[in-house]
Amino acid sequence: MARIPTTHDPFNAVAEPKRRAILEALGSAERSVNEIVELLGWPQPMVSKHLAVLKKVGLVRERREGRQRLYRVDAEKLKPIYDWVTPFERYWSESYERLDEVLSDIQKKEK
Amino acid sequence: MSEKKNKTVVTVEPGKQELFIIREFDAPRELVFRAHTDPELYVQWLGPRDLTMSLGTFEPVSGGRWRFIQTDKDGNEFGFHGVHHDVTVPERIIGTFEFEGLPESGHVILETTKFEALPDGRTRVTTQSVYQSVQDRDGMVAAGMESGVVDGFERLDEILEKMK
Repeated sequence: MARIPTTHDPFNAVAEPKRRAILEALGSAERSVNEIVELLGWPQPMVSKHLAVLKKVGLVRERREGRQRLYRVDAEKLKPIYDWVTPFERYWSESYERLDEVLSDIQKKEK
Repeated sequence: MSEKKNKTVVTVEPGKQELFIIREFDAPRELVFRAHTDPELYVQWLGPRDLTMSLGTFEPVSGGRWRFIQTDKDGNEFGFHGVHHDVTVPERIIGTFEFEGLPESGHVILETTKFEALPDGRTRVTTQSVYQSVQDRDGMVAAGMESGVVDGFERLDEILEKMK
Protein backbone atom coordinates (compact mmCIF):
# COMPACT_ATOMS: atom_id res chain seq x y z
CA MET A 1 0.00 0.00 0.00
CA ALA A 2 1.39 3.37 -0.99
CA ARG A 3 2.18 5.62 1.89
CA ILE A 4 3.60 9.10 1.41
CA PRO A 5 7.11 8.99 2.83
CA THR A 6 7.32 10.47 6.30
CA THR A 7 7.43 14.12 6.64
CA HIS A 8 5.85 16.08 3.85
CA ASP A 9 2.28 16.14 4.96
CA PRO A 10 0.83 16.86 8.38
CA PHE A 11 -0.97 13.50 8.54
CA ASN A 12 2.22 11.52 8.39
CA ALA A 13 4.07 13.97 10.57
CA VAL A 14 1.56 13.34 13.32
CA ALA A 15 1.54 9.58 12.77
CA GLU A 16 4.85 9.47 14.66
CA PRO A 17 4.13 9.14 18.41
CA LYS A 18 7.10 11.31 19.43
CA ARG A 19 5.85 14.18 17.34
CA ARG A 20 2.42 13.88 18.88
CA ALA A 21 4.08 14.01 22.28
CA ILE A 22 5.74 17.27 21.29
CA LEU A 23 2.43 18.72 20.15
CA GLU A 24 0.90 17.67 23.43
CA ALA A 25 3.81 19.11 25.40
CA LEU A 26 3.33 22.40 23.61
CA GLY A 27 -0.41 22.35 24.12
CA SER A 28 -1.64 25.89 23.98
CA ALA A 29 1.63 27.32 25.27
CA GLU A 30 4.63 28.79 23.52
CA ARG A 31 7.83 27.03 24.56
CA SER A 32 11.53 26.93 23.85
CA VAL A 33 13.38 23.75 22.88
CA ASN A 34 14.86 23.59 26.36
CA GLU A 35 11.45 23.71 27.97
CA ILE A 36 10.26 20.86 25.74
CA VAL A 37 13.41 18.89 26.53
CA GLU A 38 12.69 19.35 30.22
CA LEU A 39 9.03 18.40 29.92
CA LEU A 40 9.65 15.24 27.92
CA GLY A 41 13.05 14.26 29.29
CA TRP A 42 14.41 13.48 25.83
CA PRO A 43 17.83 14.39 24.43
CA GLN A 44 17.81 17.84 22.88
CA PRO A 45 18.82 16.67 19.36
CA MET A 46 15.82 14.34 19.29
CA VAL A 47 13.44 17.14 20.23
CA SER A 48 15.01 19.46 17.66
CA LYS A 49 14.77 16.84 14.91
CA HIS A 50 11.06 16.26 15.46
CA LEU A 51 10.36 19.96 15.91
CA ALA A 52 11.98 20.59 12.53
CA VAL A 53 9.58 18.13 10.89
CA LEU A 54 6.58 19.67 12.61
CA LYS A 55 7.74 23.10 11.51
CA LYS A 56 8.22 21.94 7.94
CA VAL A 57 4.64 20.72 7.62
CA GLY A 58 3.37 23.84 9.34
CA LEU A 59 1.97 22.20 12.46
CA VAL A 60 4.36 24.18 14.63
CA ARG A 61 5.34 27.82 14.25
CA GLU A 62 8.63 29.33 15.29
CA ARG A 63 9.21 32.82 16.63
CA ARG A 64 12.45 34.46 17.64
CA GLU A 65 12.69 36.40 20.84
CA GLY A 66 16.16 37.70 21.50
CA ARG A 67 18.46 34.70 21.33
CA GLN A 68 15.64 32.24 21.93
CA ARG A 69 13.38 30.50 19.47
CA LEU A 70 9.89 29.84 20.72
CA TYR A 71 7.51 27.24 19.33
CA ARG A 72 3.76 26.88 19.34
CA VAL A 73 1.12 24.70 17.68
CA ASP A 74 -0.73 26.07 14.67
CA ALA A 75 -4.28 24.95 15.36
CA GLU A 76 -5.43 25.75 11.83
CA LYS A 77 -3.05 23.14 10.44
CA LEU A 78 -4.00 20.61 13.07
CA LYS A 79 -7.68 20.81 12.32
CA PRO A 80 -7.76 18.77 9.06
CA ILE A 81 -6.08 15.89 10.87
CA TYR A 82 -8.56 16.14 13.65
CA ASP A 83 -11.45 16.18 11.18
CA TRP A 84 -10.18 13.07 9.44
CA VAL A 85 -10.85 10.59 12.24
CA THR A 86 -13.76 12.57 13.58
CA PRO A 87 -16.65 10.87 11.70
CA PHE A 88 -15.69 7.46 13.03
CA GLU A 89 -15.02 8.82 16.47
CA ARG A 90 -18.28 10.74 16.37
CA TYR A 91 -20.20 7.59 15.50
CA TRP A 92 -19.00 6.02 18.73
CA SER A 93 -19.07 9.15 20.89
CA GLU A 94 -22.65 9.80 19.96
CA SER A 95 -23.69 6.15 20.34
CA TYR A 96 -22.15 6.04 23.80
CA GLU A 97 -23.73 9.34 24.81
CA ARG A 98 -27.08 7.80 23.93
CA LEU A 99 -26.11 4.71 25.92
CA ASP A 100 -25.40 6.98 28.91
CA GLU A 101 -28.99 8.18 28.69
CA VAL A 102 -30.38 4.66 28.37
CA LEU A 103 -28.36 3.52 31.38
CA SER A 104 -29.32 6.53 33.44
CA ASP A 105 -33.04 6.02 32.66
CA ILE A 106 -32.92 2.38 33.68
CA GLN A 107 -31.08 3.19 36.91
CA LYS A 108 -33.68 5.80 37.82
CA LYS A 109 -36.54 3.37 37.15
CA GLU A 110 -34.96 0.53 39.08
CA LYS A 111 -34.20 2.61 42.18
CA MET B 1 -22.54 20.27 35.65
CA SER B 2 -20.35 18.73 38.32
CA GLU B 3 -20.19 15.27 36.78
CA LYS B 4 -17.10 14.57 34.74
CA LYS B 5 -17.97 13.73 31.18
CA ASN B 6 -16.85 10.29 30.04
CA LYS B 7 -14.84 10.45 26.86
CA THR B 8 -14.73 7.99 24.01
CA VAL B 9 -11.12 7.23 23.13
CA VAL B 10 -10.51 5.87 19.65
CA THR B 11 -6.97 4.59 19.11
CA VAL B 12 -5.90 4.00 15.53
CA GLU B 13 -2.16 3.42 15.28
CA PRO B 14 -0.43 3.83 11.94
CA GLY B 15 0.16 0.69 9.90
CA LYS B 16 -1.79 -1.69 12.11
CA GLN B 17 -4.78 -3.90 11.32
CA GLU B 18 -6.57 -3.14 14.54
CA LEU B 19 -8.15 -0.27 16.38
CA PHE B 20 -9.46 0.24 19.88
CA ILE B 21 -12.49 2.07 21.22
CA ILE B 22 -12.50 2.67 24.98
CA ARG B 23 -15.22 4.26 27.07
CA GLU B 24 -16.25 4.33 30.73
CA PHE B 25 -19.81 4.44 32.00
CA ASP B 26 -21.35 5.56 35.27
CA ALA B 27 -23.32 2.34 35.55
CA PRO B 28 -22.59 -1.18 36.81
CA ARG B 29 -21.18 -3.83 34.51
CA GLU B 30 -24.30 -6.04 34.46
CA LEU B 31 -26.38 -3.13 33.26
CA VAL B 32 -23.93 -1.95 30.61
CA PHE B 33 -23.68 -5.52 29.37
CA ARG B 34 -27.46 -5.82 29.27
CA ALA B 35 -27.67 -2.71 27.10
CA HIS B 36 -25.53 -4.59 24.57
CA THR B 37 -27.62 -7.77 24.52
CA ASP B 38 -31.22 -6.69 25.18
CA PRO B 39 -32.60 -5.83 21.73
CA GLU B 40 -35.00 -3.23 23.11
CA LEU B 41 -32.12 -1.35 24.74
CA TYR B 42 -29.63 -1.93 21.94
CA VAL B 43 -31.72 -0.15 19.31
CA GLN B 44 -32.01 2.87 21.59
CA TRP B 45 -28.36 3.77 21.45
CA LEU B 46 -26.33 2.14 18.69
CA GLY B 47 -25.44 4.68 16.01
CA PRO B 48 -25.71 8.45 15.77
CA ARG B 49 -29.08 10.08 16.32
CA ASP B 50 -29.58 10.97 12.66
CA LEU B 51 -29.54 7.30 11.63
CA THR B 52 -32.58 5.09 12.11
CA MET B 53 -31.65 1.76 13.56
CA SER B 54 -33.53 -1.34 12.50
CA LEU B 55 -32.54 -4.56 14.19
CA GLY B 56 -33.20 -7.75 12.24
CA THR B 57 -31.91 -11.06 13.50
CA PHE B 58 -30.39 -10.62 16.95
CA GLU B 59 -29.23 -13.68 18.86
CA PRO B 60 -26.90 -12.50 21.65
CA VAL B 61 -25.61 -15.96 22.56
CA SER B 62 -22.48 -17.86 21.51
CA GLY B 63 -23.07 -19.01 17.96
CA GLY B 64 -25.97 -16.61 17.41
CA ARG B 65 -26.38 -14.39 14.37
CA TRP B 66 -27.12 -10.68 14.15
CA ARG B 67 -28.01 -8.15 11.47
CA PHE B 68 -29.08 -4.54 11.52
CA ILE B 69 -29.74 -1.77 9.05
CA GLN B 70 -29.10 1.91 9.67
CA THR B 71 -30.97 4.36 7.46
CA ASP B 72 -30.02 8.00 6.98
CA LYS B 73 -32.32 10.97 6.34
CA ASP B 74 -32.12 10.51 2.57
CA GLY B 75 -33.21 6.89 2.83
CA ASN B 76 -29.78 5.39 2.21
CA GLU B 77 -29.52 2.02 3.96
CA PHE B 78 -26.36 0.65 5.56
CA GLY B 79 -26.56 -3.03 6.41
CA PHE B 80 -24.26 -4.89 8.80
CA HIS B 81 -24.22 -8.49 9.92
CA GLY B 82 -22.14 -11.05 11.73
CA VAL B 83 -22.03 -13.93 14.16
CA HIS B 84 -21.63 -13.89 17.90
CA HIS B 85 -18.69 -16.19 18.50
CA ASP B 86 -18.67 -15.92 22.29
CA VAL B 87 -21.11 -14.14 24.56
CA THR B 88 -20.04 -14.51 28.20
CA VAL B 89 -22.31 -12.62 30.62
CA PRO B 90 -21.30 -10.03 31.82
CA GLU B 91 -17.68 -10.11 30.70
CA ARG B 92 -17.28 -10.16 26.98
CA ILE B 93 -18.79 -10.33 23.53
CA ILE B 94 -16.67 -11.63 20.68
CA GLY B 95 -18.03 -11.68 17.20
CA THR B 96 -17.63 -10.95 13.52
CA PHE B 97 -18.77 -7.77 11.82
CA GLU B 98 -19.24 -7.10 8.13
CA PHE B 99 -20.44 -3.95 6.39
CA GLU B 100 -22.68 -4.95 3.50
CA GLY B 101 -22.08 -1.79 1.49
CA LEU B 102 -18.56 -2.63 0.29
CA PRO B 103 -17.92 -3.42 -3.39
CA GLU B 104 -17.12 -7.04 -2.51
CA SER B 105 -18.20 -9.20 0.38
CA GLY B 106 -15.84 -11.06 2.69
CA HIS B 107 -14.17 -8.08 4.39
CA VAL B 108 -14.89 -9.34 7.89
CA ILE B 109 -13.81 -7.74 11.15
CA LEU B 110 -13.23 -9.60 14.40
CA GLU B 111 -14.55 -7.61 17.34
CA THR B 112 -13.83 -8.28 20.99
CA THR B 113 -15.70 -6.17 23.52
CA LYS B 114 -14.71 -6.48 27.16
CA PHE B 115 -16.73 -5.20 30.09
CA GLU B 116 -14.61 -4.37 33.12
CA ALA B 117 -16.09 -3.51 36.51
CA LEU B 118 -14.56 -0.37 38.04
CA PRO B 119 -14.87 1.01 41.58
CA ASP B 120 -18.00 3.00 42.49
CA GLY B 121 -20.27 0.94 40.27
CA ARG B 122 -18.65 2.12 37.06
CA THR B 123 -17.70 0.12 33.98
CA ARG B 124 -15.05 0.30 31.30
CA VAL B 125 -15.91 -1.03 27.85
CA THR B 126 -12.99 -1.80 25.55
CA THR B 127 -13.54 -2.88 21.98
CA GLN B 128 -10.73 -4.22 19.83
CA SER B 129 -11.52 -4.50 16.12
CA VAL B 130 -9.15 -6.55 14.00
CA TYR B 131 -9.34 -6.09 10.24
CA GLN B 132 -8.04 -8.32 7.44
CA SER B 133 -5.66 -5.62 6.27
CA VAL B 134 -4.41 -2.14 7.17
CA GLN B 135 -6.23 -0.94 4.09
CA ASP B 136 -9.53 -2.37 5.29
CA ARG B 137 -9.08 -0.68 8.62
CA ASP B 138 -8.07 2.69 7.22
CA GLY B 139 -10.93 2.49 4.76
CA MET B 140 -13.41 1.93 7.54
CA VAL B 141 -12.08 4.75 9.67
CA ALA B 142 -11.56 7.30 6.97
CA ALA B 143 -14.06 6.17 4.36
CA GLY B 144 -11.49 6.07 1.59
CA MET B 145 -8.74 8.40 2.72
CA GLU B 146 -5.32 6.92 2.32
CA SER B 147 -2.91 8.77 4.53
CA GLY B 148 -1.44 7.99 7.93
CA VAL B 149 -3.53 7.48 10.99
CA VAL B 150 -3.53 9.21 14.29
CA ASP B 151 -4.18 8.17 17.84
CA GLY B 152 -4.36 10.25 20.95
CA PHE B 153 -7.17 12.28 19.53
CA GLU B 154 -8.56 13.12 22.89
CA ARG B 155 -5.43 15.13 23.53
CA LEU B 156 -5.40 16.80 20.17
CA ASP B 157 -9.01 17.59 20.86
CA GLU B 158 -7.96 19.30 24.06
CA ILE B 159 -5.31 21.30 22.27
CA LEU B 160 -7.83 22.48 19.72
CA GLU B 161 -10.31 23.26 22.46
CA LYS B 162 -7.79 25.39 24.33
CA MET B 163 -6.86 27.31 21.24
CA LYS B 164 -10.39 28.34 20.32
